[in-house]
Amino acid sequence: MSELIRCTNVCKDYHRGAQSVRVLDNVDFSVEDGAFVALMGPSGSGETTLLNLIGGLDAPTSGEIEVDGLRLDSAGAKSLALWRARSVGFVFQFYNLLPVLNAQRNVELPLLLTRLSRSERRENADLALNIVGLGDRGGHRPGQLSGGQQQRVAIARALVSDPCLLVCDEPTGDLDRTTADEILALLQTLHRELGKTIVMVTHDPKAAHHAEYTLHMDKGKLVAKPGSARPGA
Amino acid sequence: MLRQTLNITAMNLRNVLSRKGSSSIIVVGVAGVVAVVVALLSMSEGIKSALTDASHPDRVVVMRTGTQDEVTGWLSGAEVNVLKGIEGIGTASGELVVVVDLVTTQTGKPGVAVARGVGASAFEVRPDLKVVAGRPFQPGKNELLVGVNASETYAGLGLGSTVAFRNQSWDVVGYFDAGGKAHDSEVWMDLPIAQAAFRRDGVVSTARALLDSGRDAALVRERIRQEPRLRADLVGEQDFYAQQSAAKTGLVESFAYLIGAIMGLGAVIAAINTMYASVSTRSVEIGTLRSLGFSNVPVVVSVMVEAMLLALVGGLLGSAIVYLLYDGFASSTLNVGSLSQVAFEFSVTPRLLLVGLTSALLLGAVGGLLPALRAARLPVIAALRSG
Repeated sequence: MSELIRCTNVCKDYHRGAQSVRVLDNVDFSVEDGAFVALMGPSGSGETTLLNLIGGLDAPTSGEIEVDGLRLDSAGAKSLALWRARSVGFVFQFYNLLPVLNAQRNVELPLLLTRLSRSERRENADLALNIVGLGDRGGHRPGQLSGGQQQRVAIARALVSDPCLLVCDEPTGDLDRTTADEILALLQTLHRELGKTIVMVTHDPKAAHHAEYTLHMDKGKLVAKPGSARPGA
Repeated sequence: MLRQTLNITAMNLRNVLSRKGSSSIIVVGVAGVVAVVVALLSMSEGIKSALTDASHPDRVVVMRTGTQDEVTGWLSGAEVNVLKGIEGIGTASGELVVVVDLVTTQTGKPGVAVARGVGASAFEVRPDLKVVAGRPFQPGKNELLVGVNASETYAGLGLGSTVAFRNQSWDVVGYFDAGGKAHDSEVWMDLPIAQAAFRRDGVVSTARALLDSGRDAALVRERIRQEPRLRADLVGEQDFYAQQSAAKTGLVESFAYLIGAIMGLGAVIAAINTMYASVSTRSVEIGTLRSLGFSNVPVVVSVMVEAMLLALVGGLLGSAIVYLLYDGFASSTLNVGSLSQVAFEFSVTPRLLLVGLTSALLLGAVGGLLPALRAARLPVIAALRSG
């Protein structure tokens, strides 16, 4: 398999006044196309920062990040925005659905950045909602859906433009165990049947077990832990 | 880009309904500014209209060279006769313009009214003036023909009543209507009686004249200047009233814009605060849209459009209030030229409504700009975390 994500000597510093805090410290790793990776670590260990860098939402202080053929560390804001629209689907902990739009219109949002016609957009949104099992909830607004259903809508939104990479930031952090398992099973299905590459930050070891392998972080560095090596590594 | 902008703007506007409280701050603030500015300008418009609309394009005022108003001007009877002989002058009317003390109905306090001593030719140079009640005064008698606005502005001018000034009694015998304009605030009397009462024997203040049809006023003016027996100047009636109203309306308009600017500043600050709050409320939404690949431009436009639309609603509200409350509202003001009261009606014209709505949009744009730029500059991560 080819590499979809490659991070080389990635550092990220945050500045608070005169003080500089290093959140990522020379992180090196790669993810193959079609992999399902969990990123774990104590709070503040840099896993979400790394996820944001991989998703092109933030820029590293130094180092190289290449995802789906684009050097994110040197790309401009405009090309990053275009790249995100084309290559990445985001799943957030608190769903981040727009409350004034119904599920179908929420899922349709990323397609507004494409040249698809209105009917094609609606058709694709319905298809994505069917994939996540909410084909009959397209007309419901987020407030009319349960937490699990809202997260499914968010996953449908992440899927709808057929990106190669799904970036999930604690996708089950706001859900009960049963619903969390359903969402994780859905992510597994997307990975196995649609071949999506998934990078998921989680603090829940049970959630991490749904991934193919887990990368552990501590104090801004990737650390090796027993049983967490990637297949074939 | 256009589709992105339209969709985000539409989404944002749907959100406005969920922020009724904060959104109404912009609406009410801008409505107040527009209401005050349009009301003051409609007053100015009304005064201008009262002083100028009665003017006739062929009617001219002939005044002593160097004088600015009718009350302080003077011409001798001989000069008026010379004027009548000038080529191009059709009919001329020598008129004595003075002020008399009357009690105003609005305040119950003494005020001044313009009294005009005229002869029969005054009616010839003003064919549009009509006696609407009673009859004209009779020559040689202390009788008054009262303008319709004057009958309402001053107490004691009821038809058939008697009023006293200059130690004489004057009978009100009729009302005239000059089309709701400047003359309607005057009281008219026989010229020789007025000259005797005000001790101006053989003298008039100004002359009104109708030019012969098709005559060039500039040419007639030049003839008057070259006539050695006349030390007078000719000015078109429209220009004369425009000059008379300029001081008053200029003051009112300056006041309107000053008050508007001060209130507008307050409204802009309120709008900026409201829109900052709006951006803050929507920051997760903005961050989400940006993470999906939407660019800054639609975000900026959506914030600006929201502010401008709310301001426009405020502008419409303010304009509607002023139109309903003030359009046609009758009042009077002091004419600086004659020191007399001039009746006028507030006039909320389409032009003023346009001024009001344009001001509202401008306030909205200014109020929305900084929050829009802030929304655009907000880093995606910071926006997403603000929830």
